[in-house]
Amino acid sequence: MSAALAGRDLARAVRRSARPAQRVAFLLGLPALLFLFVAFVAPLGALLSAAVENPEVRQVLPQTAAALAQWDGASTPDEPVFAALAADLKRANEDKTAALAGKRLNYEMPGMRSKMLSAARMAGGASAGPFREMFIAKDPAWGALETWQVIARTAKPYTLYYLLTALDLQQAPDGSISRVDAENAIFLSLLARTLWIAAMVTIGTVVLGFPCAYIITITPPAVGRIMLLLVLLPLWTSLLVRTTAWVVLLQTDGVINDILLWTGLTAHRLQLIFSRFGTVTAMVHIQLPFTILPIYSVMRGISPSQIRAARSLGAPALSAFWRVYAPQTLPGVVAGGLITFILSLGYYITPALVGGPADQMISNFISTYINRDLNWGLASALGVVLLAVTLAIYGAFLRIAGPDRMRFG
Amino acid sequence: MLWLPSYATGPERLGRLAVLVFVALVLIFLIAPFFVVVPLSVSKEAFFTLPVKEYSWRWYQDFFGNERWIASVINSVIAAVATTILATMLGTAAALGLARPEFPYRRAVMSLMLSPMIVPIVIVAVGSYLFFGGLGLINTRPGLVLSHTALALPFVVVTVAATLSTYDTNLTRAGLSLGAPPVAVFFRVTLPAIAPGVISGAIFAFAVSFDEVVVALFLTSAERRTLPVQMFSGIRDQINPTIMAAATILLGLSIVLFIVATWLGRRGQKA
Repeated sequence: MSAALAGRDLARAVRRSARPAQRVAFLLGLPALLFLFVAFVAPLGALLSAAVENPEVRQVLPQTAAALAQWDGASTPDEPVFAALAADLKRANEDKTAALAGKRLNYEMPGMRSKMLSAARMAGGASAGPFREMFIAKDPAWGALETWQVIARTAKPYTLYYLLTALDLQQAPDGSISRVDAENAIFLSLLARTLWIAAMVTIGTVVLGFPCAYIITITPPAVGRIMLLLVLLPLWTSLLVRTTAWVVLLQTDGVINDILLWTGLTAHRLQLIFSRFGTVTAMVHIQLPFTILPIYSVMRGISPSQIRAARSLGAPALSAFWRVYAPQTLPGVVAGGLITFILSLGYYITPALVGGPADQMISNFISTYINRDLNWGLASALGVVLLAVTLAIYGAFLRIAGPDRMRFG
Repeated sequence: MLWLPSYATGPERLGRLAVLVFVALVLIFLIAPFFVVVPLSVSKEAFFTLPVKEYSWRWYQDFFGNERWIASVINSVIAAVATTILATMLGTAAALGLARPEFPYRRAVMSLMLSPMIVPIVIVAVGSYLFFGGLGLINTRPGLVLSHTALALPFVVVTVAATLSTYDTNLTRAGLSLGAPPVAVFFRVTLPAIAPGVISGAIFAFAVSFDEVVVALFLTSAERRTLPVQMFSGIRDQINPTIMAAATILLGLSIVLFIVATWLGRRGQKA
């Protein structure tokens, strides 16, 4: 028997003997994994499918949808399709569901909601055809090819409309995709604003946090421990409580304005709340511990004798710090900065309470589209965009720092 | 005093002093909110002016005398206790599994387990609303607890895993080689050794659920309102000092939880 074969047998035997241990380890993790699939992964899946689902028109106009499935899309459909539409609308008029399909059609073709409603009223009173002439006489739009292209598209089970809208794209009736006009383009700039606020918060926490982490590292343990407590305590405090405090602090007749007036830095009270400055300040405050802790844990592992060695070799104090010490802190700065950036992208409470209309982030728009406009599709599509950006940066974090770097306290 | 070596030069001392002043200001910035919330909660006035001139307990009487606030506290406690029990059991088991190097696809599973910590909370809330809506779990306690447990799980996993990294697995082997069944080894050897980490994780889970606003906002109706939701709508509509009293109570609870967790953390390190 050759040595290679024996080696393979041995490897297989080792693998086989490891299998029970693998199974035990996996079984311990299984309940949590199953739980996460039900309570976390499945809801995210529901969000993804809500971003492409397209039920309204199919539900209200089922016969029309079936009739349009055979339509060639080259010219206005013939009488059978109009007859199906008349039958659907007659029922919709009784059930009062025409507005539902009208709202959906209106997203892609402004004005369709009122056309649907008046057509439904007409169909409710009509009993016999020919329906084609009847619809076109009521509104010439029913004779236009574009109208039918849009109806056919919205009658499909899935749509790209919401995802395209969330990226400032639109689909013409003939199916071509183009950028929306500048005045209607809001979502890419919303994404840019969200990234920009997160970047400002990240820079703010690094600038404030880096010296803190350094001083905590080099002070005697008794002092360092107290400083660390001051960093950890806010981390434990409810985000809502801290945001509330900033609402009070930033008010026009609040404490910060009092201090500014008293010191003579300003002559009149500044608008701090409902501003970008207020939003970023409150967010920096909330995120600061998340940035400090990873930097601190890396700094703690760097031997202080290295700076001493650099100094004894003749390096000036500053260059000993920046050229010997600081480069070694980079993993901590990157880990802390990325955590803060990722978490800042998803902020909702703080911009909602401290920010003005121009400081609302993607999460706030998602909530608005649900609560005010009842537009679940667009809200979900915005959620998909936010999720994609977040997961991309989380992937970068895992690649650079690894999952075991996530810790607190 | 400047924590500098004796050979430090004049400019160096000046620079260090500047850094120390800067750090002191940052630390003041970090704890500033506490010096706002607590005094305002005991101020007699109905608007927010500092320093406080007259003290009174009227906002606390308001808080404890109001059925809505009390009901919201009860809702929060029930959700948080249920979340703590579920998340601690699931998370501890998962951490025990993930601590073993032979766990299949360990890195990928760990990344998935931690992802509820980084996925934007509004996305979790909207997704849960859509998914739980189909299961009839909206406006129910189980729905809220399910979601909160998913959010709390990573905190338990991370905390217990950190404690397990200092646990000597020879103890488990010794127990098993002496003939104890695995379950007995876990309850009588492993669990007592990692108890500080498990309890810290449980405290984290409680805090996550007790503080959570956004998912609760989406998943609960008026009668199931939690304390943070009640506070949030209060701040939005008409901010009044009763909210400061509520915030102070929450703050006091966080400090108690923080002290217990820190104390356990130190005990865990010593063990």
